[in-house]
Order: sequence, then C-alpha cells, then structure tokens
Amino acid sequence: MREQKTYMLNMGPAHPAMHGVVRLLLELEGEKIVNTEVEIGFLHRAFEKHGEAETWNNVVPWTDRLNYVSPLINNVGYCMAVEKLAGITLPERGQYLRVIASEISRVTDHLTCVGASAMELGAFTPFLYLIKAREYLYQLVDQLTGARITTSYTRVGGVKADMPANFPEQCKEVFKKVREAISDTDKLLTKNRIFMDRVDGTGIISKEDALAYGITGPFLRSTGVPYDVRRAHPYLVYDQLNFEVPVGTKGDNFDRYLCRLAEIEQSLRILEQCFEKIPQGKHSLEPKEMKNAFEYQDAGKHGETALLAKYKAKVDQTLAGGQRGDRPDVLTQDPIFVMPAKEDAYGSIEGLMNHFELVMWSWGIKIPAGESYFAVEGGNGELGFRVVSSGDDRPWRVRCRPPCLFIMAALPKLLNGSWVADVIPTFGSVNMIAGELDR
Amino acid sequence: MSPIDILAKLWPLILVASALGFGLNLAGLLAYAERKQSAIMQDRIGANRASILGFKLWGLVTMVADAIKMFTKEDFIPKGANKTLHAIAPVVSLGFALLCLAALPFGGMVEFAGRTWSLQPIESPVGLLFVLAMLGLGVHGVMMAGFASGSNYGLLGGLRGAAQMVSYEVCMAATLAGLVFIYGTLDLQQAVLWQGRHVWGICVQPLGFLLFLTAGAAETKRAPFDLPEGESEIVGYFVEYSGMKMGMFMMTDFVESIVLAGLITTLFLGGWQIPFYTPAGLIGGALMLASFVGKVLLVLFVLMQIRWTLPRFRFDQLLHLGWKNVLPLALLNFLATIWLVYARTHS
Repeated sequence: MREQKTYMLNMGPAHPAMHGVVRLLLELEGEKIVNTEVEIGFLHRAFEKHGEAETWNNVVPWTDRLNYVSPLINNVGYCMAVEKLAGITLPERGQYLRVIASEISRVTDHLTCVGASAMELGAFTPFLYLIKAREYLYQLVDQLTGARITTSYTRVGGVKADMPANFPEQCKEVFKKVREAISDTDKLLTKNRIFMDRVDGTGIISKEDALAYGITGPFLRSTGVPYDVRRAHPYLVYDQLNFEVPVGTKGDNFDRYLCRLAEIEQSLRILEQCFEKIPQGKHSLEPKEMKNAFEYQDAGKHGETALLAKYKAKVDQTLAGGQRGDRPDVLTQDPIFVMPAKEDAYGSIEGLMNHFELVMWSWGIKIPAGESYFAVEGGNGELGFRVVSSGDDRPWRVRCRPPCLFIMAALPKLLNGSWVADVIPTFGSVNMIAGELDR
Repeated sequence: MSPIDILAKLWPLILVASALGFGLNLAGLLAYAERKQSAIMQDRIGANRASILGFKLWGLVTMVADAIKMFTKEDFIPKGANKTLHAIAPVVSLGFALLCLAALPFGGMVEFAGRTWSLQPIESPVGLLFVLAMLGLGVHGVMMAGFASGSNYGLLGGLRGAAQMVSYEVCMAATLAGLVFIYGTLDLQQAVLWQGRHVWGICVQPLGFLLFLTAGAAETKRAPFDLPEGESEIVGYFVEYSGMKMGMFMMTDFVESIVLAGLITTLFLGGWQIPFYTPAGLIGGALMLASFVGKVLLVLFVLMQIRWTLPRFRFDQLLHLGWKNVLPLALLNFLATIWLVYARTHS
C-alpha cells in the first residue's frame, strides 16, 4: 500500500481571506485539512503596556484601535471598568448615549462581518449593499463623535458631548436604509442554494466545546446558549430595554450568519427604544446667546464679567468639556473627574484652576487604588477590561479580554477534517479583528 | 487578376484576422462592461478616473491604462518555477481559446460581385467537435500554469481546474447530444440553417439550453464556477504570474466566455438568423453580423448578471452538481429527444 502523504499550505499573513494579519499553517491531504496551526500576533501594538504610560482618559483613544469595526463599544467598556473602580455613576442621559453609541457600533460590526464573509464566498454584491448601509451608520457616528473610526467618545465620568439636536430623526432615516439592505441581503443569500451549501453544516462547534473554550457572543449563541452580557449582567440601562437574544441550534456557519442578522434587528429595536426613553437634554441653545470661544476668552481676559454671565461659549460639539448647558446631562458632576465647562474654564478662576489640575502632568484624575473587571457585550462577545490602579493618575495595569482570541484558539478544532474551501466561511464567521486579537 | 480575385484569395486570411480581432477587442471591452455592469448592480460608479488629455470616454480609457500597466509590469518568475512551462502556459491557454472563435459562423453566404463569400472563417463538417475539442485543450494551460508555478496554491488551482474542466466537458458534450441528433449535423453553419428552416434550438431543447449554459459556464470557469481561481480561497492557478502573462489568463477567461456565448447563439438562438427576414446582399451580410454580435452580447450580459449575483461553489459540491445532476439530466434529455424524434418519424 502506498503511504498517504500530506503537504503544508501556508495561508497568510498575505492572503486575501486572512485579513492580512493572521497566519494559518494548514497540513493538507489533497484538499482535506489534517491539521491546523494558528499563528497570531502580527498586529501586536502593545496596547496594554502603552496604557500604563497614559493618563486614565488618554487610554480611551487607544481603545479605539482595539476592535476598529466597533470602536465605541471599546470606549464604553474601558470607561465602565475605570468608573467601577472609582465608584462613579453617570447621569441617565449619559447612560442612554452610551447605549446608543454601543448599539450603532454593534450594527456596523455585524454588517461588516456578514458582508465580508459573503464577499469571501464570491457574493460581492451583498457585501457592497451592506457596506453602503454601514457607511450611513458611520456618518451617524461622525455626527455623534466627530470621527468615523477613531471615535474616543467616552470620558471617565461620562461622554465627550451630547448628541446633536436632530440626531434621532437622522437615525430614523438611516435605520430605514439599513433594514432595506438587510432585507436585500436576506433575499440574495439566506435562501440561496449555493450560499446555504457553503455555510450550512460547516464549521460546527458543540455547545460544550464552545463553553469550554470560553467563547462568547454570536459564536456561542449560535450553539444555543443564550449568554449575552447585556442580559446576564445588565449594565447601563439595558435592564430597562426590551430586546431578545437570538440563538441558533447547530452552531454552524449558517446559524452564526442568521444570529448576526437577527441581532442587527434587535440592536435597531434597542436604538429606537432609546430614542423614545432618553431623558430630555438642555443642549439646544439659541445661537444668539452664544459667543465664539475666542471672543469669550478675550472677554474674560479683559474682565468683562457682565458679558460672560450673559453669553454661553460656542465651542465645537466634539470638544471635551463642552458647554455648561449640556454637561449635567451627559457627565457626572464631580470636578475631580471631569473637565470644567468651557464657560468656567474661560470665565472664572476656579474653572481655570480645575482645568489645569486635570491636564497638568502627574495631576489629572486620581483613581483610588484597587482593581476592577468590567465586561460589556462587544460585537464578537464578552469584551472585558481589567484595570488596576495604584492611586496614581495613570493605570498601573490595563488588560483587555478580546472576545475573538478564544474563538481563534478553537479554530483548529473547527477546521480539522474539513475542506480548504471551508476555511473561508468558518474564518469569516469568527469575525476576527486583529486589532483586539493582537492588541 | 482583378482586385476581386485577389480579395477572394485573401478572404480566408481576412476572415481569420477579423475573428481574432473580434475576440481580442471584445475581450477588452468585456472587462470594461463587467466593471460598469457590476458597478450599476452594486450602486457604485465604476471605472471613471483615467483620462487622455481630459477625455475619459465614460471610463473606457481605463482599459488603455490597464493594458499599459499589464505590459510594463515586471515579468516575475518565482524561484521554484519551471521556466519553460511557466512561459508556455498562458500562450496555450489563450491560443486554444482564440482558435475556437475561428470555427463560429459569424454569418451565412453573401452574394457579391458574382461570387459567394462565406462569413465563417473555418468551414468544417465537424465544426462543433472542433470547438469542443479546443475548449477542452485549454485545460492544459491551466494545469501547466498550476504545476509550473512551484507553489502549492498554484498546484491546488491547477488540480481544481483540471478536474472541473474535464468533468464539465463530459457534461457539455452530453447536453449537446440531443441537439445534434435533431439537427443531424455537426456542421455549425448547417445547424444555423436548420434553425432558419424550422425553429430556434432553444425551443426544441429548452432543458438542453439550461444545462448547456450551466456546463458551459463551468467549463469556462465563470463565476459561480470560478473555483480554479477562487480569489479569496486559493487565489488561483495563476497566483505566480504577473504582467501580461497574467493578463493573458484574464483574457482567456473573457475569450472563452465569448466562445461560449457564440456557441449558445449558434446552437440555440438561431445564430446569425434574423426572425421572419432573409438577409441578402451586402446589407444582408452586415445585418447577419449585427444579429450574431447582438445575440452574443445578450448572452454575455446574462452570464455577467449571474456572476455578480451568486456566490461560489465548493469544489466537491461542484463535482456533485456535474456528475450527479447535470450529466444524468443531460442523458435523460438525450434519451427523451431520441424517443420523440423516433415517435414523430414513425407515426
């Protein structure tokens, strides 16, 4: 008898389906996978070590770069962990804003994942439909935070700024378009014989294995475990919102695809409820009552206190600190943690001192010594942050629990015994984001 | 010798050159059409940037830019490659595809200046077999490229290509068997004339048409059957090619699509015939050509529409489809055709 010979195929890091940042070493027998080795770490940027060199608030921009498809959830997760340690509670409007930001991000994350895996299977058209829908959502994110990807929206103690005045109306328009794209994709893919053949029954993982590996998120829910951090350990205002946790039955690629589509709809539902329930803010100021920030500053320098009392500072909506009117709604009112309003910083000595105490080297926010872990539901699953403080103005240690690391650990189990072509839908459904995987 | 005599002597050469020019130019235009059509389907704009002195010609200049890029890129041969085979492969691939074109009847007979001019470059009683054989030989280019590249990706692509094309060749021949039985000829020109006298092939063999479209798309490696070059999986049998060699493989795909569209037009859509009208004279010749080209473009449009709608098969599923679905159906279709023809002639 002739000996069966195997050969190696090096998939990635320069391979179109490996997103350019991960390497699979496949041992093949013909087109059948005998063994898989996963090599990660090509996008390691030392996020955790870097966090130790930054002040508490300055870590937020680094969290943008973790899961760069849903950066807002990272922002929220990190700040929640720090706030848990400091014992800060947010005003209700601020909490709602964080939920809104998280859910918009979750939709963009799922849209990207579903679209990209469809594209890698050769269905290019649904991908562009979904990415177009995502583009509208990115424009919303831009409206809300001033940036599309590097959002840095949250602050320790709240969010950077209130949402723009007509934001709910804009969202309503966009959600219509997103739902349209989802329904188009559904028609093009869900009952498409070729697509079903590719994803149905491939990349199966059992409930027990998924739990043993520590997998969370849509990947776990596709096996039938209804674990969702938003339900299991409610944070912010999720316990007041009405939504379902879609689960699958078989734990294959098709279930994961269906779970993600269903979750997009649930996230849109949450967003709509948020816009109904969110407490009113005082952010809509009449333009005539406002002066440009530089005029305001000049007036302060010349001691024109009457003018300072009469007008509000007109600052960019995305500027940290913001205006006096917005702040109580979205930021906690403890001057130890949050920047003073620009009216105070420009117009009064107390505000100016407060401002400088927060931005000066080695002053800043001081979080009491201790450690905390806080998990939020990210796009891929449980996104946890553990922060350790030594009572200093910067973290002693920041640690991120990236949800897709655990799925990548289970990847050989999913792939061994299947075809080379099955790598594509399975790896696509992992939704590996190297930013958070390699950190 | 009068100029007409010289022209008659040179006529076959002119025809072959025209067929070649038709194939190559249409292949280039197809690349453009594919971009624009997919762009329209996907809410995009498509190629629109390249310009010559500010003239963009609706993006057509992009094709010129593409060609220049192809010709000027470094011709890279990887270290482990077999240099000779690596160089021959694209020529084999494109050459056989272009040869097919020569056997297609672009038009019928045209009476002009007291002579009869044929609009078919190669008139052969076994034209259909010739086209199928040449399409089949194209697989050698794919295999050569795969094996000569010295890369496992190329090897996988070559293997996939070989298995796929050989399987679907069988299916293609089987789907056409019924039609050949009805026409009673392998001569493509005679097949067109038969359709002129009776009805179009698509009416007598509707199932055969669908099966042939499927098998043909698979044989020419069009999406959703583009596994040998499955971009996001194994990148393809031409993964180690660059520059114009790579361009030749891409051209092959387009030329093969044109051949497939030409074959479908000839066998199922009445070839150069125009319904309820018998073309004659020089104008008639032009109309024949226009009719043929128009039908070819229509089939190409359908092929592209399919390409941008469907995802890709997996390899085992593709072979299952070929051997377990298309082939049995084709044979059934053949048997039913024989029975029907027998019943009609003996009733």
